[in-house]
Amino acid sequence: MFVRLLPGDPARLMAGLDATEDSILLVRHGLGLDKPLWTQYGIYMNGLVRGDLGVSNRDATPVSAHVAQAFFPTAELTVAAIVVAMLVGLSAGIVAASAHNTPLDVALTSGAILGISLPSFVLAFILIWVFAVTLRLFPTGGPEGTFAVVLPAVTLGVAAAATIARITRSEMLEVMSQEYVRAARAKGHAPLAVILKHALPNTLIPVLTVIGLQVGFLISGAIIVETVFSWHGLGRLLVDAIASRDYPVIQGVVLLFALEFIAVNILTDVLYAWADPRIRYQG
Amino acid sequence: MNTLITWLFRRNRAGRLGVLIVAATVLVAGVGPLVAPYGPLNPDYPAARQAPTPGHWGGTDDFGRDIFSRTLYGARISLGVGVAGVLLGLIPGVATGLAAGYYGGGFDAFAMRVVDVLLAFPGILLAIAMVAILGPGIQNIVIAIGIFGFPVYTRVARGSTLQIAAQTYVEAARAEGAPSRRILVQHVLPNIFAPIIVISSLQIANAILTEAALSFLGLGAPPPTPEWGAMLSSAENNLVTSPYMAVLPGAALVITILGFNLLGDGLRDALDPRMRV
Repeated sequence: MFVRLLPGDPARLMAGLDATEDSILLVRHGLGLDKPLWTQYGIYMNGLVRGDLGVSNRDATPVSAHVAQAFFPTAELTVAAIVVAMLVGLSAGIVAASAHNTPLDVALTSGAILGISLPSFVLAFILIWVFAVTLRLFPTGGPEGTFAVVLPAVTLGVAAAATIARITRSEMLEVMSQEYVRAARAKGHAPLAVILKHALPNTLIPVLTVIGLQVGFLISGAIIVETVFSWHGLGRLLVDAIASRDYPVIQGVVLLFALEFIAVNILTDVLYAWADPRIRYQG
Repeated sequence: MNTLITWLFRRNRAGRLGVLIVAATVLVAGVGPLVAPYGPLNPDYPAARQAPTPGHWGGTDDFGRDIFSRTLYGARISLGVGVAGVLLGLIPGVATGLAAGYYGGGFDAFAMRVVDVLLAFPGILLAIAMVAILGPGIQNIVIAIGIFGFPVYTRVARGSTLQIAAQTYVEAARAEGAPSRRILVQHVLPNIFAPIIVISSLQIANAILTEAALSFLGLGAPPPTPEWGAMLSSAENNLVTSPYMAVLPGAALVITILGFNLLGDGLRDALDPRMRV
C-alpha cells in the first residue's frame, strides 16, 4: 500500500520524544516494520483473506474493532444525509420544473447553485451558530441525544440535495415537453398525477445515476463533517489515523470506503432494472 | 467568442454575475496584498480576538492578526491553487484525450481503463489519500487536484475528438496528406475548446473547495499561511465566543466558488444548452 510512503516514522512517534535508538528498534520490530515492504504486504493480504485487518499501531487493539466501532455512527450519519438529500433534492427539482420560469423556479435554482458552492464546513459553522449556539435547539457536536444527528446530516446532505435537484429539474423539463405527457394532460389527468405517474418514472435513470454518485461523495464528505461535529465515525478515525501514521487503521478505513463505493455502484445497477424494466442484465 | 461575451452579459443574469465575481476575485488576488491595511502574518498579541472595529474590519484572530488583510492575501492562494491544479490536469488530460480519440486502438482502451479507475473514487478521498502519501502542503494539494482532474479532461476531450474527427473537413485535411499532428492541433483542438472551457470553470470551483477542505483538516497550508480553509479551521475553536472570525474567510470562499460555478453554468448554457457534464 502506498500509505507506507508517508513521511514520519511511526515507531519513533510511538516510542516517545526521548526514546533511545534501541527502544525505537524494539518497537519497530514489534510492529513488523523492519521487514521488507513486500513481506509486510504478504502478511497483510494473508490476514485480510481471513478477515484480519491487522492491529492498530497506536493502542494494539485490532483494526477491525476500531472500524466496527466507527462504522455505525458513520452509517447513521450517511443514511440520514441520503434521506435529507433525496427528500429535499427530488421535491425541489420536481417543484422547480413544474413551476418553470416562475420566481419559485428561480429561487430554487439559485438555492441549488448556492448549495453546491457552499463548503460543508462553512455550512456547518452557520448551522452550529444559528441552531446550536444561538437557538440552542441542537448540540454543537458529539452523538448525544436523539436529535444530535440532525445538524451533521443536513450539512452533509445539502450539496447532494442541490445536485439531485438540478438533475431532477432538467430531466423533468425535458420529459414534460414529450408527447405522452401532453397526451396525459389532454386526457384530463390531474397535473400532480401527470407529474408523478407519467413524467417522474421516465426521469429515474439519470436521476438514479446522480444519486448513486452523490452517495459516493457523501461517504467521503463524512470525513469533513465528522471532524467538525466531533462525530466518532470512520471519517474522523481516518483523519486521526493519518495524523498519527497509524497505517493499519488508514488501510482498513480506505478499504472499507472502497468496498462501500463498489456496493453503492452495484446497488445503482440493480435499481436501474427496477426503474426501467427494459434493462435486463444477462451474462 | 464575441457573440459568447455578448450573450453572457446581455441574456444570462446568473452567468453575468459569475463573470463579475470571477473578475473581482482576480482583481483582489492581484491588488489585494497592495491595499491590505496590515501584513497577513503580523501578530499583535494585545489585540487578539477583537470583534470587528473600524481599525480591523473583520476583527483579529488568536494572534491579533488582521482577518480582513489575511482574507485579501488568501485570494491569491485559492485562485493560484485552483488554476494551477486545473492546468496540471488539463494539459496532459486533453493531450491524452486527443490522442485516444483520434488514434483509437490499444492506447485508447488502456487510457480509458485508467480513466475509469481514477473516476471511480470521489475526488476528495483521492486527494486525502494523495496528501497522506506525499505529505501535507499546498504543492502536494495542487498535484492531487491535477491527478483527479486528469481523467475528467481525458474523457471529455476524447468524446469531443471522436465527434470532430468524423467531420468532413478532417477527412479533407487527411486526404490532402496533412500529418496527424497538424490535423490534431489545427483542426481538432480548436473545435473541442468549448466543453473544455466549461469544465475548467467548474473544476476550478471544485479545486478551490478541495484545497480549502484539506487545509481545514490540517492537511494543506501550514499554520501561519493566510489560507481561507486554514483560517476557518482556527475560527472553529472560537466559534462560540468569536463567531465573526469565520465570517470573512467563509464568505470569500463561498463567493469565489459560487462565481466559478455560475460562470461555468453560464458558459455551458451559452455554448451548448444540451451538454451534460
